[in-house]
Amino acid sequence: MAIESDVLVVGGGLAGLTSAITAAREGADVRLVSYKQSTLRHASGLVDLLGYTPDGEGPLTDPYEAMAALHDDHPYRTVGVETVREAMALFDEVTGYQGGHTDTNALLPTHGGTVKPTARYPPGAAAGVASDDRDMLLVGLESMTDFDAPHAAAHLDAAGVPFAVRGVTIQFPGDLRADAKVTRYAKQLDTNAEVAVRGRNRPVRDALAERVNPLLEGEERVGFPAVLGDDRADAVRAALAEKMGVDVFEVPSGPPSLPGLRLEDALFEALDESGARFETGNPVVDYEGDGAIERVFVEKYGTKIPISAAQYVLATGGLVGKGIESDREAVREPAFDCHVPHPADRYEWFDVDVFGDHAFAAFGVVTDATLRPLDGSGAPEFDNLRAAGGVLGGYDYAAEKSGAGVSIATGYAAGRNAAREVR
Amino acid sequence: MSDAEESPTFEPVAPNTGDEFEPVDVFPDSDDFDLRPGADSCYKCAACDTNCPVAEVDDDFPGPKFQGPEQWRLKQTDDDYTVDDSIMSCSNCMRCDDACPSGVPLSQMHNTARGEYVSEQMDKLSVEYVRNRILANYRTSAFFASKVPRLANVAMNFGPARWLMEKTLGVTSERDFPEFARETFREWWAARGGADASRSNARESRQRRGEPTDSEKKVAYFHGCYSNYNTPEVGKAMVRVYEHFGYEVVAPEQRCSGTPMFANGMLADARRHAAVNVSSMSDLVEQGYDAVASCTSCSMALRQEYPELFDIDGIEAVAANTFEALEYLRINEDLTGAVREAEVSGDLAEEFAYHAPCHARNQGLDRQAVELFRDLDGAGIEDVGESCSGISGTYGWKEEKYEKSMAIGEEMFEHMAHAQGEVGMTECPTCAMQMEHGSGYEIRHPLELLEAALVE
Repeated sequence: MAIESDVLVVGGGLAGLTSAITAAREGADVRLVSYKQSTLRHASGLVDLLGYTPDGEGPLTDPYEAMAALHDDHPYRTVGVETVREAMALFDEVTGYQGGHTDTNALLPTHGGTVKPTARYPPGAAAGVASDDRDMLLVGLESMTDFDAPHAAAHLDAAGVPFAVRGVTIQFPGDLRADAKVTRYAKQLDTNAEVAVRGRNRPVRDALAERVNPLLEGEERVGFPAVLGDDRADAVRAALAEKMGVDVFEVPSGPPSLPGLRLEDALFEALDESGARFETGNPVVDYEGDGAIERVFVEKYGTKIPISAAQYVLATGGLVGKGIESDREAVREPAFDCHVPHPADRYEWFDVDVFGDHAFAAFGVVTDATLRPLDGSGAPEFDNLRAAGGVLGGYDYAAEKSGAGVSIATGYAAGRNAAREVR
Repeated sequence: MSDAEESPTFEPVAPNTGDEFEPVDVFPDSDDFDLRPGADSCYKCAACDTNCPVAEVDDDFPGPKFQGPEQWRLKQTDDDYTVDDSIMSCSNCMRCDDACPSGVPLSQMHNTARGEYVSEQMDKLSVEYVRNRILANYRTSAFFASKVPRLANVAMNFGPARWLMEKTLGVTSERDFPEFARETFREWWAARGGADASRSNARESRQRRGEPTDSEKKVAYFHGCYSNYNTPEVGKAMVRVYEHFGYEVVAPEQRCSGTPMFANGMLADARRHAAVNVSSMSDLVEQGYDAVASCTSCSMALRQEYPELFDIDGIEAVAANTFEALEYLRINEDLTGAVREAEVSGDLAEEFAYHAPCHARNQGLDRQAVELFRDLDGAGIEDVGESCSGISGTYGWKEEKYEKSMAIGEEMFEHMAHAQGEVGMTECPTCAMQMEHGSGYEIRHPLELLEAALVE
């Protein structure tokens, strides 16, 4: 006896979640299993489709237009531009992200003060777009060294943004410990906790606004590091905006990233609503089947628990997410041992230039048109296995700014293809 | 970039290559409290910190990343460095384990550090130590109380006594002590005829189910302290549900799983109890039994903490053959199908506000009750979110931790209030206490609902 379903998705990141939601909406009985928390924890929460071409041209205005010119092995070419659009429509529906009203990329300031082309952004980042010409104040927090507001402002200014921008650094009210976790700030703001300011207890949202208000010089929008609440981020932002008389936004920040966590929450909620089943915390370590996968085994404390399905989706991530592993000898995909093309000589895996054209960045499985991973001879590894997201090869998400888009588009396509096979 | 223009031509040599390199050999051998395992895998992504319910509300708590890998490094570089006392503020929810993308065994590191702190730095005559020891050894108190349950129920919640306990021992007077059952699970079990009765019940079920009567379906029930002394109805439900599926149940000799002892750094106490549990369970595992627990902290202890912390004969085999009660049926029976065909009426035909305990979450079990019972006619179930309940066993009983415990639980209380039902459900006895304390709801165990749906 094994736990059974129509479609089993392995991996709980952007690709796996999109895949499972899509398959469930297509009417399949879906189960998703994932191991540790996904790389959404590291993600800015921005959803890029294609910001630069593989040759480094950009920032691109219309990512869809540029997709048509990508090389044949690129995952966007595999699924086709129309599928990318459908996938993004699903994403827009389940997350409430912004930017979907237009095909063109938005320009968003990052915590380093650069401007980045992105296709979708969370509501919390909306007031920060660089195409808006209202003047901007960036507010950094003394102990959060990842976001140096004056530095970021100077960078933005040098980048030639069409508005005046200043940066100031304040102390977060209530004297939190110097290495307070991002969740600590968020919790305080979520609950509007009382904090001591000069011997008096004040609600933290009021205290924060009062600390920034005297520093305003007529700016109409104010950006904070992305710690403005977790469960109640919208309410926190609205309250601060009201008390300060300006628009308030969050500057997407590095790991651990609350916007990434909020996106993960929204997707898991959509997954739950889709009726799919899911379980997290244990890895898929083995499978049975020759030509087609019959069942996989999830390892729990030394016990292998069988889970079977008619169709499988591999969405375990890339090198960072550990869906692709390497040692000094070889690069491999650990769950199903799918073929990962790579040069035999390890010194050809990378470029000596730090920002050079690194081969490892595009390591991953190669698929056929329906996203089935191919073995060394170009035949599908398994009839009923599809791959999506970071585990795919043929694209360099960091250079192209295409990570989220490829995950969503291929996740969608893999989920849909899998579900249609079982009907 | 000037010094990196050319491709390196060197071939790396030992000791940096090869399978034989054992990093731990660099440092002196140590028999106890090795804080190191896994420290080198931490790349400081801080995913653990974003999952720590204590760091979210407690400004003095530096978080799991500090308690584990950073503390180990500090101890290596500074001979005088002792374990930071903030380790006692870790509630042992073990969520950091689940978060870590690199498999750093954070809770193991915390348990080890706490063990070292308590054994080497804590004053054994301090009120805190005495209080923690009493709380950690709940089984001992419960054992005596269960001899005089009515008296104990009155005495333990007698106002002036509770005031005195708070003042002298630091046990919060805000909470009500759990009631002791008039008849313990084991008393019921013995009176019912023990393993022999179970065998004949299981055989009857197999006959009814059309299975071979001699099939090897047998489990050893780890009931834990709580379902023995406080909620025997959970243990009874477990036995009846398992017999219904044709399993012969035995209830071997057992002590506390050790969870409250790990959380209080009482590793010597925990080891003593673990030795008894492993010995009786491993004998049965050898005979083909699987160990099944109804409390998710108990199953967590047997599966994860035992092999991480102790070296006892048979400990790995017990870990690999231990399951949570619903999980085991999901794997081995068509539980989903059985529930789909069933319906409940009467006492348990309710909407339940379900909270997944942290220790269920860590075993990948946080969704199973919700997904199972949403197909059940006559009852409804709603997940009240991923927040920790905040009580974390003995944590929320400590006078100085009570407020934090309630701050952590706040989110769960709110979600419970917004959920449709006014009856709670969870697998963990202390989560149940916190749910009841914060919402006033009556709390049931999934096994009770399963019994109502399938048995009779």
